[in-house]
Amino acid sequence: MSIIETRQLTKKYDKLTAVDNLDLNVEEGEIFGLLGPNGAGKTTTLMMLTTLIKPTSGEGVVNGYDIVMQPHKVRKSIGIVFQDPSSDDILTGYENLKLHGMLYGMPVGLREEKIREVLKLVDLTERRNDLVRKYSGGMRRRLELARGLMHQPKIIFLDEPTLGLDPQTREIIWGYIENLSKIEKVTIIITTHYMEEADRLCSRLAIIDSGKIVALDSPSNLKKTIGGDIVTLKISHADIESIKKLDFVKEIEISENIVFLTVTNANENLPLILQTIGNVDSVEVHSPTLNDVFLNFTGRIIREDSPEGSWAERSMHYKAKK
Amino acid sequence: MNNLNGILAIWYREYKVFLRERSRVISSIISPLLWLLIFGGGLGSSISVSGINYQTFIFPGILAQSVLFTSVFFGVYIVWDRKIDFLKEVLAAPISRTAMFLGKVIGGATDSLIQSLILLLLGLVLGSAGIIPGLHLNILSISVSLIILLITTSFFVSVGLIIGSRMESPEGFQLISSFLLFPVFFLSGALFSIDKLPGWLAPFTFIDPLTYAVDALRKIILGVSHFSLFFDGSMLIIFTIVIMAAGVYAFEKMKI
Repeated sequence: MSIIETRQLTKKYDKLTAVDNLDLNVEEGEIFGLLGPNGAGKTTTLMMLTTLIKPTSGEGVVNGYDIVMQPHKVRKSIGIVFQDPSSDDILTGYENLKLHGMLYGMPVGLREEKIREVLKLVDLTERRNDLVRKYSGGMRRRLELARGLMHQPKIIFLDEPTLGLDPQTREIIWGYIENLSKIEKVTIIITTHYMEEADRLCSRLAIIDSGKIVALDSPSNLKKTIGGDIVTLKISHADIESIKKLDFVKEIEISENIVFLTVTNANENLPLILQTIGNVDSVEVHSPTLNDVFLNFTGRIIREDSPEGSWAERSMHYKAKK
Repeated sequence: MNNLNGILAIWYREYKVFLRERSRVISSIISPLLWLLIFGGGLGSSISVSGINYQTFIFPGILAQSVLFTSVFFGVYIVWDRKIDFLKEVLAAPISRTAMFLGKVIGGATDSLIQSLILLLLGLVLGSAGIIPGLHLNILSISVSLIILLITTSFFVSVGLIIGSRMESPEGFQLISSFLLFPVFFLSGALFSIDKLPGWLAPFTFIDPLTYAVDALRKIILGVSHFSLFFDGSMLIIFTIVIMAAGVYAFEKMKI
């Protein structure tokens, strides 16, 4: 039986349907990702599964408990790390954890034991008696990971766990998340709009757009749906007709002076493409990423925090807008 | 069982925060002292009420006032909790909203009572130094005063929490609560006797819960009062039960 199951889960705000008839099954022990742009309905889904808001219609079962009828039992089974830091910064790290243990009704002995254990897991033992106010963003996120874990939940929800963190800290947090999954064997549900994060961590991914699941599979299977590598060419005069004749070119898309090709075995076939097409100003080849998958399923690009990237990436944004 | 844990958890946190923000305690002591010494001393140089030194007469009223302000302003912390997102951590925990509300009330009451105890002890000192003569302060009267103040603070913390549960910004909270606090303070008779009120004023004074707190404290500390201590206490308890029921309801309806 799945540890999380939803059937036609829906949340409407006035006219806006934030989550639209969502059917999900999450298996025990996996890291399941909800990937989508801001406003796709990821956080709303998470809020419903964690019983913080009530669905408009549909059903959800978490760890065998109904999210509407048995919210307290659901809450006992889960840990949550919110998108925005939700620890009290006038308390110390230790005090935040103690408070959490009290809120979850843990007996004193077990509470102190788990506090020691989770502090060690996120390397905050040394800083446990410092006010959270003095923590860096990454340390605070680690504290909240520890907190979400300390009452031994079966499932942990992580809402954009590395949002706003620098790349190094992000890498560290990913390490902790992988450890949780391996060592503690908890099921992890993660929402993210970072492709790299989804790719690296998740065993399965649901791509969500406008409150609906548009694709659901493992990251590698999703990438296989693209059917080849992506070759992006910048050219002034394209001889498109002759490229079309090449049988290893699966798909061609043109926007102004940029040509996107989906090509099988691009590394071997690239010379032939270049020969055929003639004068090329610039070329980029990459294996399909989740970005390409997302574009393929939704016709749009996920806007990540930093708009910087290669010209090919930026042109993908351009293509998406079209 | 779990609800008791929840109440304790919320209380633990409020208590820790209170200990850490000492400026809160100090400022909450300074303002009543200014009222007592400057306002009371100044006005008292020319008037007295039913034969009692004016400074002495307003001591119970100022005590009630300090509890009123501290209690209602305690509600602003729930607005802060929402602002710093800590509220989510509590709302996501397996405790009922009732437990959350009660924990907050006890937390706020603890703040008020610590502050009241300090003021009562200062009254004891000022009394024995002859600065404010005629205060009947001893272990018994201080204990009974604290019981009356406990009921009073439970009422006004609930009021503050109800306002706080609906407010998005601390500024909004400040606006609404100031609007409410001054009429409640002035109508209560903290600064005057309610024995011979003009006909138009009396009804307003008698629907003000603080009136009964001030009257009860006068009975305990000065030995004079308009109503009996039993009547004052009963009125306070009825007011408090009603407002706490409303507070639980407000917390049930509270959004993230």
